[in-house]
Amino acid sequence: MTLDWKLGGVLLGGVFFLAVLLVKPIGVSTQFVILDAIIGDTVNSALVSETDTGYTSTNAYLAKSDGKYAKAAANPLNYSFVFVLAMMAGAFASTRLRGGLDAAERSMPAIWRNTYGDSPVKRYALAFLGGFVVLYGARLAGGCTSGHMMSGMMQTAVSGYIFAAGAFATAVPVALLMYRKES
Amino acid sequence: MEVLLAIVIGAAFGAVLDRIGATNPTWIGRMLALTNLNLMKTILLAIGTGSILMFAGQMAGLVDVGHMSVKAAYAGVFIGGLMLGAGWAASGFCPGTGVCAAASGRKDAWFFIAGGLLGAAAYMVTYPAWKASGLLDDIAGGKTTLGTVPGASYDGLTAMSGDLIGILMGLAFVVIAFVLPERIGGGGVAVPAE
Repeated sequence: MTLDWKLGGVLLGGVFFLAVLLVKPIGVSTQFVILDAIIGDTVNSALVSETDTGYTSTNAYLAKSDGKYAKAAANPLNYSFVFVLAMMAGAFASTRLRGGLDAAERSMPAIWRNTYGDSPVKRYALAFLGGFVVLYGARLAGGCTSGHMMSGMMQTAVSGYIFAAGAFATAVPVALLMYRKES
Repeated sequence: MEVLLAIVIGAAFGAVLDRIGATNPTWIGRMLALTNLNLMKTILLAIGTGSILMFAGQMAGLVDVGHMSVKAAYAGVFIGGLMLGAGWAASGFCPGTGVCAAASGRKDAWFFIAGGLLGAAAYMVTYPAWKASGLLDDIAGGKTTLGTVPGASYDGLTAMSGDLIGILMGLAFVVIAFVLPERIGGGGVAVPAE
């Protein structure tokens, strides 16, 4: 079972506050780019390079804003990248402490099984496609649910409201079409 | 020191996302299909709580205004939001909850991450075309907040006190969290996923 929404909301809000009090607001999707850059630089070491003043890249996106993404890829032990790895550790520990997921849930979530049956191939294909669209969109927008929607609206950032309007404009119709009949 | 904070805050964020059900696509799907809004109430309350604490802290001088990080507004923010929303609803994962779900043992989340890495790479490659299109050019002043926050390096959309607006918006999120029903329309009762 999940936490009561009042307790969960205060805890989550507390984490948002702790992040901005001690360091900076939470964000995640940039780290997909950083991992891509780390992988890319392993395959082709010319991708990210050091300059006299910092870092740059043969890719225009990694090189933008004075090469801040190139710099992060060259130094993976930075705050934002470690933050995402720690999120995974936290979620892993939390799941174990509540007894772990059963085999059925590990394979696919109940909402998918209830609606589309238990073929893993269909579910994995949809998850892969979903990941592609989500991260392409997040990078185009310059942030995701964490950075734009939660951290952005928390700071009354105009971009956060614009992003949330776009995200819910498609998320609700798609979910209604795909999952409304499930419950 | 910063890396230590990353470990502590990151782990707390991952654990809380798991406990509120955000790492489970069933709860995401029911929230977005409006059949169970508990997760929505949780998130709205969290944004409101964070907002009130942050802006009150800034007013009291306890929170460094320099820690704010406001992203630019441009047309691509909306277009990207449309894309993210569709993929989020279909898969039940967003970037943060996707990596947490994978760590919690969900195999489908690893496919989401693989697709995400490819999607992010596709954006890296196509970025110059977006840049040239003008859709990444600032609108509404670029990096702006609703009010003007004293000491912040960001402009306000209005000259009103950014701190007071922040607290009021935070209160609004809290109120919406409380008045939002458990579900909208339809019959039946949503059953727990686990």
